[in-house]
Amino acid sequence: MAETTCFHCGDDCNSTIIKVEDKSFCCNGCKTVYEIFSENDLTCYYDLEASPGAVPKEIQGKYDFLDQEEIIDKLTEFNDGETQITTLLIPHIHCSSCIWILENLNKLNDNISSSQVNFGKKTVRITFNSKSFSLKEIVLLISSIGYEPYISLDDYSSGQKHIDRTLIYKLGIAGFAFGNVMFLSFPEYFEVGEFWLEKYKHMFRWIMFAFSIPVVFYAAQDYFISAYKGLRAKLLNIDVPIALGIGVLFIRSTLEIAFDLGSGFFDSLTGLVFFLLIGRFFQQKTYSFLSFERDYKSYFPIAVTKVSKGEEFPLQVYDIKKGDRLLIRNEELIPVDGILINGKARIDYSFVTGESKTISKKSGDKLFAGGKQSSGVIEMEALKSVEQSYLTQLWSNDVFNKNKEDGFRTLTNSISKHFTLAVLSIAVIATIYWLIVDASLAMNVFTAVLIIACPCAIALSAPFTFGNLLRIFGKLKFYVKNASVLEQLASINTIIFDKTGTITSNDKSSAVYNGIALSSSEEQMLKNTLRGSNHPLSRTLYDILKEHDIETLDSFEEHLGQGLEATHRANIMKIGSATFVGHKDEGSALSTTVHISSNNIYKGKFTFYNKYRKGLSKLFNQLKKENDLVVLSGDNEGELENLKKLLPTKTKLIFNQKPEDKLEYIEYHQSEGAKVLMVGDGLNDAGALAQSDVGIAISENINVFSPACDAILDASKFNLLDRFIAASKSGIRIIKWSFALSFVYNIVGLYFAVTGQLAPVVAAILMPLSSISIVIFTTLATNFIGRRLE
Amino acid sequence: MSVIYILLSISIVVAVIFFIAFIIAVKNGQYDDSYTPSVRMLFEDELVKEDSKPTVKPKKSN
Repeated sequence: MAETTCFHCGDDCNSTIIKVEDKSFCCNGCKTVYEIFSENDLTCYYDLEASPGAVPKEIQGKYDFLDQEEIIDKLTEFNDGETQITTLLIPHIHCSSCIWILENLNKLNDNISSSQVNFGKKTVRITFNSKSFSLKEIVLLISSIGYEPYISLDDYSSGQKHIDRTLIYKLGIAGFAFGNVMFLSFPEYFEVGEFWLEKYKHMFRWIMFAFSIPVVFYAAQDYFISAYKGLRAKLLNIDVPIALGIGVLFIRSTLEIAFDLGSGFFDSLTGLVFFLLIGRFFQQKTYSFLSFERDYKSYFPIAVTKVSKGEEFPLQVYDIKKGDRLLIRNEELIPVDGILINGKARIDYSFVTGESKTISKKSGDKLFAGGKQSSGVIEMEALKSVEQSYLTQLWSNDVFNKNKEDGFRTLTNSISKHFTLAVLSIAVIATIYWLIVDASLAMNVFTAVLIIACPCAIALSAPFTFGNLLRIFGKLKFYVKNASVLEQLASINTIIFDKTGTITSNDKSSAVYNGIALSSSEEQMLKNTLRGSNHPLSRTLYDILKEHDIETLDSFEEHLGQGLEATHRANIMKIGSATFVGHKDEGSALSTTVHISSNNIYKGKFTFYNKYRKGLSKLFNQLKKENDLVVLSGDNEGELENLKKLLPTKTKLIFNQKPEDKLEYIEYHQSEGAKVLMVGDGLNDAGALAQSDVGIAISENINVFSPACDAILDASKFNLLDRFIAASKSGIRIIKWSFALSFVYNIVGLYFAVTGQLAPVVAAILMPLSSISIVIFTTLATNFIGRRLE
Repeated sequence: MSVIYILLSISIVVAVIFFIAFIIAVKNGQYDDSYTPSVRMLFEDELVKEDSKPTVKPKKSN
């Protein structure tokens, strides 16, 4: 069978191919989107990128809550009764076609006046006429073309987001002042005693002074604040010598020009601040489309449908009270713990546990918040409010209010303590020496030492090394929150893995058949029966079985929660649970099985095993050399034997762990001095991820949401984890080398300072030279590491 | 008299004008998204082609 891919979404058209003109589509949804675009002359969409689309989902009634004034108010940033502006997050935005089509929404509907995409954040900002159009209609419109927005409880509670641009302002000011001061001070470097220069140099100097005022008092204020905080906490952090250097530079330069002693060091001063801020800017690079701070609010819907006296109306999630009857549609999330009243529930708890296999529930069964209904409509009764539900309670734990960076001393800060003390003692000794030899030079030497020893190069080593590593890791789909996470990653000695969804892969499981061998006609029948079902187990089994000819079945029926029944000519085939096919279950409650009977004769069963990620054994064998390894699973022990075979013998395997248990397990080991790396995926790992020193979330699809963590690792790169850790360790080594390099510069500088011959031109050369060479060294070295990673 | 005073003040005024332009640009959010504009720029041609044939049909109500 030749592979035909869908013209719209690029998926395989495996069972149904719909032909329009000369294009093939995998489903009616894709075809409809194509028709909408071609009708409106927007087929350019397909010229920019091949198959850029997404299948539009069934959203009937899902966004009814967007009719409520209160919710509209929260979701729009501007509303004057006639024009509304809203910003929607659309996870599917991934290519230039997406930008193009979303910025041409006004061609689809006249009421939309403009729309602007922010590709990095995956958002679109839409301005529309609210008199003839509504927010709900916008959402329906963009959903109908495959760009369903993601509207969660988070949007509702956070409201307007403030963008912090101070660093760009500061960088701009420092750069502006640096450039101008450089121009103004350049003549004095060389043309000493020239007539015109002598005449105007005072004015030049005072202009330089004016330029440096905003640099010292605005652009550099963070260093003074941080140094003050450090000193108050009795900590000599790296900002102490920096603030000292900046302060001394400014005061001495001002005094020099005021009393006509020299030209001052304004060039070095502004350059220093500029370079330091560049380092910060570089390190600040983050992944704006990823969020590392998510809690359950990002997953939960804003509103659900409440049923009361046969009427349906939207109800805000926070307003759900015990006893409310809720209607949960296909693909909707269950917001509270409750009891299933009617309807066939098939709940996908993959948000919570990482396990994507759905669980069937009968009416009267308990449902937990966080599950996603995946077959038809159900009605449930709420037992608790949102905040008190089993899953959401986890977030009341203190660990979510702690800032991990607070307790962590970076390499730079631990070295700066010794550095500062050394510099101060050199300054004092040199001053005492000069007080004896030539007292007039003593003050000069003292300030010169503090100026030249200002640890600009040291302060730049870590930002540039880690900043570059962050970028390299990002290219390899390992998204790290910030530089201090990399430093922590280099120091870990215990690695804890969640099982389901973390070391097992979501979509592929393997199945083993036990029982009477199936004849080839039976197997063909089995395959054909499975074709009609969308149940995940059916899909898995279908993919495992050999190719067979497609036959039309005489009858086919899917009994929700039980199994499939099909007839073809005289044959009857039943696939499903043991009771469904009429077989007594032999107590295999620990594993997932599918039983098969043909013509009412029991044939056998397929037992499903977790499929572990590629390279798992190799990864564990690599990691065990330097770390303790633990697998901490919320599941039962069904996979124990299987795991024992796969993993090194030293690995601890612990099962039946509740979310709180995982958190406490990590806390206990940390109290014994372990540096813990937690690798997890679902919301149930959120506590453990927050408690650990470094929490990495594994994600099959980066656009889909992962819990709060320090880093997100794409599942396809899971087997590279050991190399990422090794690379972080090399990063630390690079920083140590660049410290050594900057000490060399400092010693050269100190020679000039201590001997009392520090001219502004020397400082102006030495400071940028040391900074730039550190930047070059760290960039080259990290790129070298990056190349070895690939 | 000294032309240098005039030159200096002109140069500083020019520098400050550009600096203000930078501040305004940041304030308007031009530095918030550094990727999308680079892609958007490349669309212009196709849009012009599109506009030259006025075939935008009224959208069926949704």
